[in-house]
Amino acid sequence: MISLNFVLMLGGILFALSVAGIFLNRKNVILLLMCIELMLLAVNFNFIAFARQLGDLGGQVFVFFILTVAAAESAIGLAILVVLFRERKSINVEQLDTMKG
Amino acid sequence: MSITEILFYAFSGVLLVSAVGVITARNPVHAALFLVFSFINSAVLWLLLEAEFLAIVLVLVYVGAVMVLFLFVVMMLDINIAQVREGFTRYAPLGILIALIVVAEIGSVVYVKSLGTEVTPVAQVAVEEGYSNTGALGELLYTKYLYPFELAAVILLLAIVAAIVLTMRQRVGLKQQDVAAQVSVRAKDRIRVVKMAPVIEPPAGSEQGEKQP
Repeated sequence: MISLNFVLMLGGILFALSVAGIFLNRKNVILLLMCIELMLLAVNFNFIAFARQLGDLGGQVFVFFILTVAAAESAIGLAILVVLFRERKSINVEQLDTMKG
Repeated sequence: MSITEILFYAFSGVLLVSAVGVITARNPVHAALFLVFSFINSAVLWLLLEAEFLAIVLVLVYVGAVMVLFLFVVMMLDINIAQVREGFTRYAPLGILIALIVVAEIGSVVYVKSLGTEVTPVAQVAVEEGYSNTGALGELLYTKYLYPFELAAVILLLAIVAAIVLTMRQRVGLKQQDVAAQVSVRAKDRIRVVKMAPVIEPPAGSEQGEKQP
């Protein structure tokens, strides 16, 4: 039997890996978006594990909504990225300093 | 150890290895392909966790649509890899340290929580004949979660409109058909009737000729 703890730890390690990925690839916006996708996947693991553990399908419904919102987010994010690259000819985070923030 | 368990551990290992591949790949295309691989592994794991519908949705929506979009954008943009890679090793120790801290924290919480509780599934009910995960999920989605479901649809519509509006541009010097202007045109915009005096003298006997003194 697959234990709940194992799935939770799998999700946790996956989340930690994507956090590390955000630190490692902090210049590349595309890789940052990919790491965010990986993070959402790690969170979904927890929902599915608990839905199975508790015998409640509500967790799976929530995963469905997370998938929907993540798809919308990545579509808009990539559209913004394309516009950004067209304007600045670069996706380096360091060079996105127009607003002097 | 059952075959399910062995499969689950094997696919979990592959998933973690491909996740490491995503964050360390030198080329963004390789990173995107590693991400596709980890999504497929996750779909298999979700199948083993009895979430069949979501596993298929993950393959269809993520591998089929979102990752293709990612690959399209990665290949369309001309990225200077050497430039965006600088600082990779400088921040590696910090990233690894924070990842270890996150793993330790989650692990300690999972360990403490599991001390007093039974960790094996509570009621592993034998699935009755003809049970369908898709059917059960759909029943729930269209009854209890109908309002959030409609909201999700609106969010997707918003994403479509936003992506199109952001990336649409008018190129200068491009000749285009303006349908609204074509439809709303009137005859008087196209033809101008000009009254002018006759140049040639009308022949004698005509109406105008008689009027002349």
